[in-house]
This record gives sequence, C-alpha cells and structure tokens, in this order.
Amino acid sequence: MLLGRLIKQDWGRSILLGTLGVMCVVVPVANLLVPEDSAFHVSTYTVTLLGKYLCYALLAMALDLVWGYCGILSLGHGAFFALGGYAMGMYLMRQIGTRGVYGHPELPDFMVFLNWEELPWYWFGFDAFWFAMLMVVLVPGLLALVFGWLAFRSRVTGVYLSIMTQALTYALLLAFYRNEMGFGGNNGLTDFKDILGASLQSDVTRVVLFVVSAIALALTYLFCRFVVTSKLGRVVTAVRDADDRTRFIGYRVENYKVWIFTVSAVLAGIAGALYVPQVGIINPSEFEPLKSIELVVWVALGGRGTLYGAALGAVIVNYAKTWMTGAFPEVWPFALGGLFILVTLSLPKGVVGLVRSLPYWLALRVRYMYHKWGSLIRAKFSH
Amino acid sequence: MKSITRSVALVATLLLGPFIWSADTIKVGVLHSLSGTMAISETTLKDTVLMMIDRQNEAGGLLGKKLEAVVVDPASDWPLFAEKARELLEKQQVDVVFGCWTSVSRKSVLPVFEELNGLLFYPVQYEGEESSKNVFYTGAAPNQQAIPAVDYLMNDIEVKRWVLAGTDYVYPRTTNKILEAYLKANGVADEDIMINYTPFGHSDWQTIVSDIKKFGSAGKKTAVVSTVNGDANVPFYKELGNQGVSAEDIPVVAFSLGEEELSGFDTGPLVGHLAAWNYFMSVDAEINDEFIDAWLEFIDDDDRVTNDPMEAHYIGFNMWVEAVNKAGTTDATAVQDAIIGVTVPNLSGGMATMMPNHHITKPVLIGEIQADGQFDIVWETPGTVVGDAWTDHLEGSRDITADWMKPLACGNYNVKTGTCSGQNYE
Amino acid sequence: MKVAARSSTRIEFGRWVRSCLVIVVAAGLVPCFGLEEKSALDASFQATVDLLKTRSFGEKAEAARAIAAHTHPRTLEVLTALLDAELYTERKTDRVVFANGLDGGGFNIRDAVTGEGLGQVGRRGAKKISVNNRLRGLLRGLIAGIRLDDKDPDDRIAAAEAIADGADSSMREVLDARLLVESDAKVIAAIETALVVFDLDANDETIRLRAIRASASNLDGRVREKLTGISNDPVASEAIQEAARETLESIEETVARYKTIETVFFGLSLGSVLVLAAIGLSITFGVMGVINMAHGELIMLGAYTTYVVQTLFPGALEYSLLIAVPAAFFVSGLVGIGIERGIFRFLYGRPLETLLASFGVSLVLQQAVKTIFTALNRPVATPQWMSGSFELLDGLSLTFNRLYILIFAGLIFAALVLVLQRTRLGLEVRAVTQNRAMARAMGIRSARVDALTFGLGAGIAGVAGVALSQLTNVGPYLGRGYIVDSFMVVVFGGVGNLWGTLVAGLSLGVANKFLEPYAGAVVAKVLVLVFIILFIQWRPRGLFPQKGRAAES
Repeated sequence: MLLGRLIKQDWGRSILLGTLGVMCVVVPVANLLVPEDSAFHVSTYTVTLLGKYLCYALLAMALDLVWGYCGILSLGHGAFFALGGYAMGMYLMRQIGTRGVYGHPELPDFMVFLNWEELPWYWFGFDAFWFAMLMVVLVPGLLALVFGWLAFRSRVTGVYLSIMTQALTYALLLAFYRNEMGFGGNNGLTDFKDILGASLQSDVTRVVLFVVSAIALALTYLFCRFVVTSKLGRVVTAVRDADDRTRFIGYRVENYKVWIFTVSAVLAGIAGALYVPQVGIINPSEFEPLKSIELVVWVALGGRGTLYGAALGAVIVNYAKTWMTGAFPEVWPFALGGLFILVTLSLPKGVVGLVRSLPYWLALRVRYMYHKWGSLIRAKFSH
Repeated sequence: MKSITRSVALVATLLLGPFIWSADTIKVGVLHSLSGTMAISETTLKDTVLMMIDRQNEAGGLLGKKLEAVVVDPASDWPLFAEKARELLEKQQVDVVFGCWTSVSRKSVLPVFEELNGLLFYPVQYEGEESSKNVFYTGAAPNQQAIPAVDYLMNDIEVKRWVLAGTDYVYPRTTNKILEAYLKANGVADEDIMINYTPFGHSDWQTIVSDIKKFGSAGKKTAVVSTVNGDANVPFYKELGNQGVSAEDIPVVAFSLGEEELSGFDTGPLVGHLAAWNYFMSVDAEINDEFIDAWLEFIDDDDRVTNDPMEAHYIGFNMWVEAVNKAGTTDATAVQDAIIGVTVPNLSGGMATMMPNHHITKPVLIGEIQADGQFDIVWETPGTVVGDAWTDHLEGSRDITADWMKPLACGNYNVKTGTCSGQNYE
Repeated sequence: MKVAARSSTRIEFGRWVRSCLVIVVAAGLVPCFGLEEKSALDASFQATVDLLKTRSFGEKAEAARAIAAHTHPRTLEVLTALLDAELYTERKTDRVVFANGLDGGGFNIRDAVTGEGLGQVGRRGAKKISVNNRLRGLLRGLIAGIRLDDKDPDDRIAAAEAIADGADSSMREVLDARLLVESDAKVIAAIETALVVFDLDANDETIRLRAIRASASNLDGRVREKLTGISNDPVASEAIQEAARETLESIEETVARYKTIETVFFGLSLGSVLVLAAIGLSITFGVMGVINMAHGELIMLGAYTTYVVQTLFPGALEYSLLIAVPAAFFVSGLVGIGIERGIFRFLYGRPLETLLASFGVSLVLQQAVKTIFTALNRPVATPQWMSGSFELLDGLSLTFNRLYILIFAGLIFAALVLVLQRTRLGLEVRAVTQNRAMARAMGIRSARVDALTFGLGAGIAGVAGVALSQLTNVGPYLGRGYIVDSFMVVVFGGVGNLWGTLVAGLSLGVANKFLEPYAGAVVAKVLVLVFIILFIQWRPRGLFPQKGRAAES
C-alpha cells in the first residue's frame, strides 16, 4: 500500500523503479541465457559497467539526501564511499586465504612483503561476512556522527562546512596513502578471489552483484523517499530553507542535521561496499577531494532534490566518460568540462528540471501557435 | 599542425575503423593514461606504440594483415584501468595490449587479463614480486636496476653511507627493502642507512634535504638512492642545488628519472647526479640512431627525446611480432608459448631475450646527467642481466620461482613446499 | 686485492707524471723564442691533451693532472672546457676540440691546442669527452690550483675553498706556497680554513690537536665532517678522539640553535607559498563569494607565462621573472575577467553553482594547456640571482629562492592591502562586499566592480604561478596540488579577511615544519588538517571572522 502511494505521485520515480525492475530481469537473462553471438547478448563488460553505474547512482542519491533536502553541501562524501569500500575490501582480502602470492594463511600479500609479523588489531573479524557488513555501515556512520556532531553543534555552516568535509577526505587520503597504515598504501586492496564462496571471476557472481546493486538502489530510493516525506523529512527541508526560523520554532536543528548526515554517510558506505567487488580494487584515490567534487557535479547535473535526478546524473556523467575516453581519448576533458559549464549555466535545475519544464514549455508553444495560426486560419475561413 | 591532423585522423580511424577494415586487421590495444597525473609520462608511450604499428604496417603488416591501433584513455584512474582493459579485450577484441605505467594500474588490470586470457606488455621498471601468464614485463626488475646501481656506488664511488629516499608506494618500498637487505649483507651498519618516504607530488623538501645534508656530514662518503617519483623530483633537486649539495658531495642516483622527465627540468642543479637505466638516448649504437631519427620524424618535433620505457615498448613490440610470426596466429595461448626464448635486438647494440619467467634480459647502464638533459654513460654491466621476478634478497620471495615453460608452467612456484600459488586460473 | 691494484697504478702514475714533467721542463728550458719552440710546446701539449681520448675515467684523471702541470697557455682553458662539457673530439679527424653548441643542433669547433677555428660540424660530427663526478671534483681542484694566482681576491678565495672541497692532499703544497705571498686578509683566512681541513688529517699529533682545537668555532661543513670522522676513528689516539668529540659538541650546540632558526625559516617559506596561492582565492572567494575551483589553473597559467616569457627572450634570463610577473598578472587576470563575464556573472548568489561551473572551467583550462604545450612538464630556468643560498651566519644559510619568494609574498600582500584600503576600486570593492544592494543604490556599478575584483584575484593567482614555477614542476596539473590547501588557508584565516589569510598561511606553514621532524611529512600534514577541522568547531568563522550583517548570510 505504501508502495502504491509512493509510486502514484511522481513519474520520475516510476521510471527509475521500472527501469531497475526491468534491468533486474533482462540483464541476467541476456547475459547468461542468450548465446554470445546473438544480437541480444549483453556482455560481461556491460554488466560490470552497469553495476558500477548503479553504485555511483546510489552514492549520488546519498549525497542528494543531505544536499538536496538539508542543504548541507558535503565535498567529502567520497570518504564515506571509500571507507565502506575498504571494509568490503578487507573482507575480500581475508577470503584470499592461502591463495595469496606468498601463501600466508592470515596476512595479505602486501603485509608479508612489508614484514608485518601479525595481523593488526583492526583487521580482526573481517574474515566474517556479517562483521564486515556491520563495519560497512558502522565505520562511515560513526565518522559522520562524530564529525557531524562536532560541526553542527558549533554551527559550522555553508562553505565552511563544505571545506571542512573536504579537509576530512583529504586527511584520510594522505593517511591511507601511508603504507604504515596497513591498508596497502597506494596499491590499496586488490587481487580478490571470491565473495561468500563464489568466484568473483564468474559471470553468475557478476550478474548477482549487479542485481543486488539494482535492488539496493531501488530500496535506497524508497527509503530516502520515505525519509523525506516523513515528518522528520519535513523538518529537515525546513532546516534547508530557513535554518534560524526552524531553530526559533523550537527544533533542535543540529540533531536533525547530524541524523541526516549520518544516514547519508551510511548509504554512501553501502555504495562503496557494492562497488569494490565489481571493479576489483579499492585504493586511496577514492578519497581524492576532486572525486567528491565530481560527485557533486553528478547530482547537480541530474537535478538536486529529486533523488532519481541524482541517480540519472551519475549515470549520464559516467556513461559520457566511458564513451568519450574510448572515442576521443585525446580531447574528452574539453567535452566533459564544457558539459559541466553548460549545464550549470542553462540548466539550473539539472536534466530533471529541464524534462519537468518541457511540458509547460510545449504547452506555451502550442498555445502561441494556436493563437498565431488559429487567427490566420479563422481569417481565411471566415470568408 | 601535423599533430592535430594526426589526432583528427586517429579519431576518424577510431570512429570509422570497424567499418573500414572489419575482420582482416590485427587489433593492438593501447592502454596508457592520456589525461590526469600520469599523462606526463604515458602519452609518449602511446605515441611509441603508434609509431611501431606504423612501421610494421609499412613493412607489410603481420601475417598478411594490417595492424590497427585501439587507443583508450584510462585517465590515471585505477578502477578505470580495469574497466578499459575489459573494454579492449571483450568489446574491442584486441589481440594484444601495450600499457600501464604505475604498479597499481597493473595490479588493477591483472585480474581482467588473467580472466579473459589477454596479453599485456608492461614497459616500466617495477618492484618485481609478480609473474603472470598474461603479462610480459619488458621493464627492469630490481636486480636489473637497483642492485647494479648500488654495486657501482659501493665499488666505484666507495660510498659508505646511504640515504634511501622514495615516494611512499609499493615500488620504492620494495626496492628499498631489497636494497637495505643487500647493503646489510655487504656489511653496511644500521646507522649508516637512512630511509625516508614522502607523499606523491611532495613539493617542500627543505627539511628533508637539510636532514640529508646533516646525515652526509658524518665523515663518510654518502649517496642518495632515490626512488622519488616523477613530479616530486624537480623540487627535490632544486632544493639540493640551493642548499649547496652538489653531485660531488652527495651524488643522487635515481631510478625513475629519465630523459623525458629531464626535458621538463632546468637541468642546472642536476648536473653530475646519476641515474640507472637499461637504455639511454645517448647510447652509441647504429640501431639507436636509427630509432631516434624515426621517432623525431614520427612525432615531428626535433626537441623530443627517447627514454627507457620507450625502448621497453620497442623490444616488447618486436618480440610480440616475432612470436606471432613464429606461432602463425595471434591467439594468446599460442603467443604465450611461442614468445619464450624469442630474441630481438635492443637499442643499445645488444640482444634481448624473453625468459621463461616473462622478464627479459637487459644491460644495466649508469649515466650522469649533463646540462643538455642527456646522460653520459659512466658505467655498464659487461653483458646482459636476466630479470628476476622474485628477488633473492627478501625472506618471503627467496624460495619462489617463476617458469612458464611446461611442465612447471607457474609464475609463483615455491621450491620448498613444491606448491604453485597465487594463480587466478587453471 | 683491489687496494693492491690501485696502489700499483698509483706508482706507475707517479713515474709517468715525473716523465711528463721532464718533457715539460725540457720544453720550457729551450732558450730561444722562435716559432719552432712554440710549436714544440704545442706538440708536447698536443700529446698531453690527446691522453684524454680514453674511455677510462682513471686515465682521464691522469691526463687532467698532466695537463694542469703543463706550462702551455691554454691549460686553464682546456681544463675549464672539460669541466663544462665543452671539450669534444671531432669524429672525422679524431682531434680534441672546443665545441660550442649551435641553435640548429651542430657545433662550432676550435682546435684545443692552437685555438684555431675549425668551422662547424653537425650534431653527430663531434663526440663529447665525458667526465664523471670524481673527475669533476679533481678538475675543480686543479683549476683552483691554477687560479690561486688569479688577480681577483674573490677568485682566490673561491679557489682556496675549491681546494679544500677536493681534499686532494697533493694540493696542500700549492696552498702553502700561496700563503707565503698572499697579502689579502680574507684570502689568508680562506686559505687557513682550507689548511685546517688538511691539518685535521695530519700525521703529527700536535698539529692535528691544534687543528682540532682551532676548529671549535668553525661551522664549515667540511670541518664537521672531518671531526666526526676523527672522533669515530679507531686508529687515532684517545686524546685526539676526545678533543674531536669536545669540539664537535660545542659545534653541535651552535648547530642546534641554528636548526631552530632554520625550521622557522622553512616554515615561513612554506607558509609564504601557501599565502601566495591562497591570497587570490581569498579575494574571489571571500570578497565575492565565488567558489572558484579553477583558481589552481589560474596559478598554472601564470607559471606557463613564465615559461613563455623565457622562451621568447632567451637572452634575458636574469630579468625574465621581472617581465613574467606583470605578464602573468595580465594573462591570468584577463582569463579571470573572461571567466567572470562569461560564466560567473550569471551565477551570483548561487555560490555552490559557481563551484560546479568552475570545476568545468578547470578541466577545460587543463586540457587547453595540454593541447598547446603537450602533457610534458616545461623547463623553467632559475636566474642566477635566485640560485644558491645566502650565508646569514657561518653555518646558517638560507636559500635564495625561498628567501625571495618570502619577500615577494610580503610585497604582494602589502600591495593588495594598499589597493583595497587606499584606492577607489578598493573602496568600491569593500562597499559591494558589505552590502551589495546598498552599494548599488549609492551609484556603484557593481558589475564592473565584480569583473575588476575577479580580475585582480585571478591576476594575483597568476603572479603566484610565477613564484611557484621557481619551486616546482610546470605542467598542466600544477594547480591541482594547491587548490585544496588554498581553500584550507582561506577558511582557517576567516573568509574575506586578507590578514586572516596571511596569518593562517604562515602559521600553518610553521606548524607543519615543526611537526615534520617528529611525525614525518605526511603525518604532519594530516595533523595540521585535523587541527583545522577541530579549530573550526571552536571558531566556526575562522581566525578573524568577518563582522557585520553580510557575515550572517
């Protein structure tokens, strides 16, 4: 019933959920059952690529929740994504077991050749899937909670907050690059073998991961939708539009901000955890401040404050990147940069805003035409 | 102007390529970053491969077919490397790939190549500790660069005190670990070794250079073994020069500083410092002159230089051509079998052979930086050195060996336990 | 085994030098001054110079010593050319020549013995006689030995220092000989320092002890190096080791004191770079509320302008920076005004959208530079006056480039404060910042002010690029490394406050440098970042918060 009510309201949501639903059926069939030489076959390359887009879409949605609905522009959301990814990566590393290069039963390869004697304490427990999944949620969540609690309580707002989130991800970037940290330094975590006993190299595992990502994206969407339409969500939107007024009415603004920021960080962490097994590597470059900024661009390009717009933006930009780095490897940054400028200037509400205003624009056009031509026609026929 | 026409032609080829020469071409993938931080080094390698393809086509192609380049830009983004590798192998169906520079990019694409049984020629000196069925390492392993360089400093310059300075990533870490073990085995005391790691793109070297200066004023000849990566080098050498550390006081021997990097430097403060490579543009050989002329003509710019990774691609490309001719097909498995033992000329007047561990034989040269950005070769190994995938100087890898010939056919065989591990394929 | 081999070469070498000397002396003794005698001298010099045509550096060293001992007038010239890598062999005739590189790639060559011009040869027409470090050190010593008799006292001081550097004991006698005839006090001091270095190795215990004691106030690096060696030398007697240790201790004390001064300087210098990079941003970000992600690229354009200036005026390297500063200001400033008029103008009041658009601009600028100049780094030369270091006290020297950049940052800051406080534009800028609507009501054309302010901020970024070109790589991604740091500095100092940016930049630089020895470069930086994050919790508007109504929104 809830589902029905949610879907009734907005076509964007129907398209998103519909597309995800269709993909969940079509992609597995087209990849696993349709023979390879058929025109309808979907290659594994496409499956992993789509899976990656879905993870990015999930991440973009998480950012849209805080930025679009609460007005908190985080320029460091990549950090939560990467932390979730690292938690998953650590689980996958532990699954390698004795199949590593040096065959050490416990230590990952990079620790063996850096002469680590034993597993550092923070690696314990990651051999259990449930523990790793708990960490995927807890680590980004706790970091966001502490950071948010500190920042929102002392009313750090606007650009100050944005730059602080950037400092956060930058500090983590530098820290994770250090080999002493025990996370593999610049190389990060890679060479994964299997997840829950299923080989990561097999097509079936890939398709399953893809379907899981699609379902996760759909659920995240419904969850975010639920959050923003709840009473709490209304307060959050009020905070976005008039921080002080909401405070004067008697709401503890900082609590709402911390809450929504933490939820968003957890979602970003989940996106990271789904991303890592599909691309096969997690390394500190995910903490790069520029990546977080690019993420903001996805949301803006799609249309902030709509959730599905964020997902759409993520897919558009990343598809453009995939296509252009292959088709015009020498000049694609011109096109991508130009696209960002153009969208900001001419589409302040993003692609979704454009599509939304299209019917109105068309209606105007039609009415204009009707008046112009209509009078002509009337004049002609009145004789 | 010519470069613009060329890139237009290239784009056109890429867009129309599939329609013009459908099935009767052999596709060669080029997986080098053309944007992002690694573009500085990797763009040249892309051009090198394009030149080799041109030359091969002029010489009549391969197996009666034309070669066709498929260039993609992984944009210095490591997950994108994996994606692009899959695109090349699965979507574009290329027969061979030349690419990667950093270790992390190689690690990122490795599972893809192993899963889809592709061929990757990797042209850069690296830390070793790897031998894959699908990768051919045409750059130097540590025993083909680092250890001979230290030998030279120890025996010819009589260095007694060592600074091992590097950027904090896996290549310097491993190289320095190997060197530390090697130095200690040669009787160097703990307090005579200083190890220092800096982040990527480190630009403020004041403190470190001042520390090095202090370390070097202990009455023993001191040298710096630098595995400092690309961008951090300019500020490092500038600071050395400005703080009055000359190459005669404390020579720096670098493993990642070649002609191409020098062409972006004001070489003044660098004169006399050293670099260890397997090829220098200044090598006095007929074949090298011919290669340089061809390169300058291809790139249409007389100021461009050649460097060691370019030579590695030159060797790798010719080895692949030779192996394809030998096997009579571009099929990956057939080429993997055929290429072992293939011998082609290198650019310093000798020969390079592909060894069963997928590394090649190389001479080791030490050069001193000159004011014109070239190296004067001051020392070289008498013959070629065989690349060692698994170093003998580290505990973990001493017992491991790589041999891709049957019956062993394993890149990671532990002689003690008799097991073959770390493989992603049957 | 190896030692034995070496000493036997040395004996042979000694014999060989002596025989050479005999030839030379014989040549000099020929009493008449005819052409024949001159050509005989030439011939013997020719024979000596030809010894350089060997691949072995050991043999080259012997040849260099023989040349230095020769009486031929061109001795100094040959040795200097060898040191400067201007001595070649002509491929065709295999004779030793001086070669000057031509722009087109070939060489202008002259005979090394007669000095007679031999015309031009192509790039492959001559082969360089290569030298290595050891040979270079020897050459410097030999040249110094010859130049110790130079007229200019500064040259003599340099020569004495070079001899001490070379530490070639055969040169000691040259110094002794010079000391007897030397009259200039400074030169005598330099020679004595050099002699102390030799005396520290003396076999005679009293001389050695005296030398050790005499060097207590000597902060010269060579002396310290020697003393450390002696204090650990098991062959030296107990008394000598003890004396060396004591002397070292007193030296170390002074050094430790200097080290602190040095760290402060390093910190200020790092801080001045941060200030330079951030100050333009402080204007565009603080004053105008524009989040300009392309700020780093404007810095990069300034650095490239320096490169272009140096390429256009290859002869004026020493002045190139003076030309580059205004040039970079105009280039970056114009590009900045272009960006403002073309893009940001439409986005006022929407600061976050300026972030997105300027991110696109930064991609486009990077790619544009890459297309024009290729992805390779461009070499930017450092003028002579910016190389080397300035000796503040004996043993405490500050590098010139850092020093100048520190001063330069100060000047730029002062100029900017003056512009904002004392000019009409500054007044208008401040008015618009404080209350745009009111300023417009008072008749200020805010659009013009916006464009000029943005141009000013962008121009300063370009000027910062000129300074950075002297410290780091000039490549398409130069700006990326500074953008995050710049934002950090501006926010830490307080948005919209120039003094805040100055204090923030300098204090972050110093903090970083004091942490670095304990924590390492990376952890120091992480700690500084964590500190900023915590500091902002305490003072959410930075060090110097902006006051007034505008600050609230």
